[in-house]
Amino acid sequence: MLSTFSAVLRRDLLLAWRGRADVLVTLAFFVIVVCLFPFGVGAEPNLLRAIAPGVLWVAALLACLLSLHRLFAQDYSDGTLEQLLLSSEPAALWVTAKVLAFWLSTGLPVVVVAPALAQLLDLEQGALPVLVLSLTLGTPILGLLGAVGAALTLGLRGGGMLLALLVLPLFVPVLIFGAGAVEAELSGSGATAHLLLLGGGLAASLALAPWACAAALRISTD
Amino acid sequence: MLEVEHLACLKGDRLLFRDLALRLQAGELLRVAGANGVGKTSLLRLVTGLALPEAGDIRWSARCIRREREAFHRELLYLGHAPAINDLLSPLENLRFACAAAGDELSAAACVQALERIGLADQLDLPARVLSQGQRRRVGLARLFLSARRKLWVLDEPFTALDVKAVADLAQALTEHCAAGGMVMLTTHQDAPFAVPPRVLDVGAYAC
Repeated sequence: MLSTFSAVLRRDLLLAWRGRADVLVTLAFFVIVVCLFPFGVGAEPNLLRAIAPGVLWVAALLACLLSLHRLFAQDYSDGTLEQLLLSSEPAALWVTAKVLAFWLSTGLPVVVVAPALAQLLDLEQGALPVLVLSLTLGTPILGLLGAVGAALTLGLRGGGMLLALLVLPLFVPVLIFGAGAVEAELSGSGATAHLLLLGGGLAASLALAPWACAAALRISTD
Repeated sequence: MLEVEHLACLKGDRLLFRDLALRLQAGELLRVAGANGVGKTSLLRLVTGLALPEAGDIRWSARCIRREREAFHRELLYLGHAPAINDLLSPLENLRFACAAAGDELSAAACVQALERIGLADQLDLPARVLSQGQRRRVGLARLFLSARRKLWVLDEPFTALDVKAVADLAQALTEHCAAGGMVMLTTHQDAPFAVPPRVLDVGAYAC
C-alpha cells in the first residue's frame, strides 16, 4: 500500500544527501540572517534578548522559504512528477512523503541549530526547550503550506517571487504563535496555549495541505 | 479495450483537434501520426489522464478513466518526452524508484537484468548525468521489460536518440507485448522496423 510513499521518502532523502550543498546553504543562510541582527540593532544584551524569539522565528521562516522552490522543480522538469501522478496510490500520500523528506533535510537542521543561535542572542536558558518545541511543531506547517504554494507556482516565470508573495501571508499565524510561545514562556504565563494551537495547526495542515497540493500539481502539469 | 469518442483538446486559446475517435483492442499497435504541433503528445497525455479533455470521453474496459483512475493507472505504462531520470542517481536507482513509485515491487536483480538487456550493463552504478542522451532514454525504456503485466503502453517518441540496433530491439519488444495481448500506442517520426506495419491514426485529420 505504502510502496510509493516509502519509495519517494527514501529517494528524496538520498537526493538531499547527494545534493547536501543545497541543505548547507539553507542552514548557512539561517545562521547568517540571525548573526546580522546584532550588527544592525547594536550589541545591547537587553534589546537582543527581547527580540531573540522573533528574530529566530523569522530567520527560520525565511530559510524554509528559500528552499521551498526546490521541492517540486526538479521532478517537474525531468518528468518524474508525471510518473508520480500516474501512480495508482493517492497523490496526497507521496506528497506527504516529499514534504516529510523536505522537512527532515531543511526544517530539522534549523531546529537543531536554533538553540546555539539563541545563545548568541542571550535568550534565557529556561526558554530553550519551548523554542525547540515551537520550531519542531511550526516548521512542518511551513513546509506543508509552502508545498501548496510551490505546486501552484510550478513552471511559472518568476515563480520564486510569486511563491514568496503567496505563502508569506499564510505563514503569519505560525510566526505569531511560534514566537509568541517563547515570549509567553519568558513572561511567565506559560507556553502551553501557544504550543497547543501550533499542534492543532500542524494536525489541520497535515490533514488538508497534501490534498490541496496534489490538486495543485495536477493543475500545474495539465 | 481503450475507447475514445468525440475528444477535443484545447491548448491555450487554440482548439488543436476535435471529434477525435479511436478504439484500441487487445493485441493492437497504434501509431499516432501528424506534423509537429498537431497535438500528438497532447492526445497521449489525454489518454493517460494527465491532462483533462475539453470535451469527449475516454473509456478503459467500458469505464470512464477519471472515475476509475487508480484501476486504470495500474494497467498503464506511460513514457513521456522527459525520461524521468534524476542526474544524481544511478540508472539502477532511477529504475528501481520508477518501478516502486508506480507500485511495482521488484527485486534489484530484476532491475539489473532489465538494464543489462537494454545495453546498460557497464553503466549500472554511474550517476545518470554522465550518460549520453540515448543511454538516458534507455534507462526509461528499461521499464518496458518490467511492465509486461501492464496492458496499455503509451509511448511518446520512444525511438528518439536510439541507435539502429536499439530501435530494432525496441520494436521487437513492442511486437511481443502486443502478441501477448497487450496494447501499444506510440508516436514516432521514424519508420520503425515493425514486421507488420502498425495501424496509423493521423491527428491532422481532426485538426481545426
